[in-house]
Amino acid sequence: MKKYKETIMKYIFFIAACTSILSVALICFFVFVNGIPAISKIGVFHFLLGKVWRPSNDLYGILPMILGSIYVTAGAILVGVPIGLLTAIYMARFCNKKAYRYFKPAIELLAGIPSVVYGFFGLVLIVPFIREYFGGPGNSILAASILLGIMILPTIIGVSESAIRAVPNQYYEGALALGASHERSVFFVLLPAAKSGVMAAVILGIGRAIGETMAVIMVAGNQARMPNGILNGVRTLTANIVIEMGYATDLHREALIGTAVVLFVFILIINLLFSVIKRRAKS
Amino acid sequence: MNQINKQTLSQKLKAYKRSPLSFLLLILVILATAITLLTLLSLVGYILVKGIPYLSLKLFALHYTTENVSLLPALINTIIMTFLALLIAAPLGIFSAVYLAEYAKRGNKIVEVVRITSETLSGIPSIVYGLFGLLFFVTTLKWGYSMLAGAFTLAIMILPLIMRTTEEALKSVPDTFREGSFGLGAGKLRTVFRIVLPSAVPGILAGVILATGRIVGETAALIFTAGTVANIPQNLMSSGRTLAVHMYTLSSEGLHVGEAYATAVVLLFIVLAINSFSAFIAKRISKG
Repeated sequence: MKKYKETIMKYIFFIAACTSILSVALICFFVFVNGIPAISKIGVFHFLLGKVWRPSNDLYGILPMILGSIYVTAGAILVGVPIGLLTAIYMARFCNKKAYRYFKPAIELLAGIPSVVYGFFGLVLIVPFIREYFGGPGNSILAASILLGIMILPTIIGVSESAIRAVPNQYYEGALALGASHERSVFFVLLPAAKSGVMAAVILGIGRAIGETMAVIMVAGNQARMPNGILNGVRTLTANIVIEMGYATDLHREALIGTAVVLFVFILIINLLFSVIKRRAKS
Repeated sequence: MNQINKQTLSQKLKAYKRSPLSFLLLILVILATAITLLTLLSLVGYILVKGIPYLSLKLFALHYTTENVSLLPALINTIIMTFLALLIAAPLGIFSAVYLAEYAKRGNKIVEVVRITSETLSGIPSIVYGLFGLLFFVTTLKWGYSMLAGAFTLAIMILPLIMRTTEEALKSVPDTFREGSFGLGAGKLRTVFRIVLPSAVPGILAGVILATGRIVGETAALIFTAGTVANIPQNLMSSGRTLAVHMYTLSSEGLHVGEAYATAVVLLFIVLAINSFSAFIAKRISKG
């Protein structure tokens, strides 16, 4: 009887472990089955490289959105990585224990703030600021890049901080012994040694930025046309789905799911890169 | 680490004079940290200053009407949604972590697949979850826009988080505990439930709290699964918006910006509470 119970529970644990496999399979199945027919109906090249998105005329080109996502993500990396990395260096090697006790929860709070709140902050502060001082409508690639750059900060800081901390202290001591200053030792010895961890942080940040939806919608302007200039509006892949999914029907709806397929493929590639780099960091 | 090169201030200044690059790097690092912290302060400060004046008792009325965009129904929905999603995801996540940490043998192929899939799950953007929820729970299973569809979608989303934190907590339980339990004649199952899981509770709890934070802040995965009806749902099969969705609709409608500020304040307070609670638990873990 007792043996019986053990075996049953073992299988229950096993089945629970399989839910994540099942979930990924279901997500892939439903997104791809609903999206790929539309892509082939529209034509892969018309869909991916078409410059016009006008569902009322049956024109479904998502190149503007693909470029939009890429530009906004690149902007976020330009804003977020330098600040995040330098902050991580400060947290790991410059800051004393007492200050660290306050800074660490602050970074965690930054990670916990919901994306709508970020979006709203961007809408009421960053957008008017850009409109005032740089011109243009305010809702722009620039606004989205700054906002996303802020949003990926906690990811970049967290991952690169632990990467820098993971470098053996002998490296640092060795550099000091050779006469390098504290700053030089950290930047020219510790940082290169933590390179792959920092790369992992950047890739994770890219994944966050490209997948972010609500905050981007609130500040990016969302015009479905080819991006022109960082002070003009842009629509990302994620925004395209949320904005039109509510009322889309038939091929339009399927084209939106096709948009999700493209986004999903991007994310899978990023995930793959991330795990490759993590494996390499381990070995 | 500062023990090995202790310097007085004047020595430091002299050293910086010899090597301006070091000084520049120091300035850069301090500047970046200041920017990060100032951004956080200005975000929180701006929203608190602008939002608190709009917090009135009226906003906590039991019913949402077009004149009084009460946030209480959304707050209650958030609690229901959190509870439901955790109810689904926590047992699954904990059991699956138990399998990975206690039962699976080394080099098991399935374990490798489970790890890869849970890593994939944690990288999928919330809008893809939302779309999947729409296609599967709402359309294929014909649940319609409902709290249940939203809860299942969120449960899948937080599953990898709970799995990972629980697995780490289980792994940090020393093997001597298990050996002691086996030595006293307990079976594997009894050891897991009576010895290993209870000692891993703080770690598991930390994961659950993190998951709660994600549920509270989620918008994109809920708009097309739980819908945007602004009142308390009659039952689990009817639609209801959570606080984050409420805030998004308010700010995109643009009619009730003041109330959107107030909702942001409430959201910030919830996040703050969740974070301090998880810090409290983390402190208890490190104390042992």
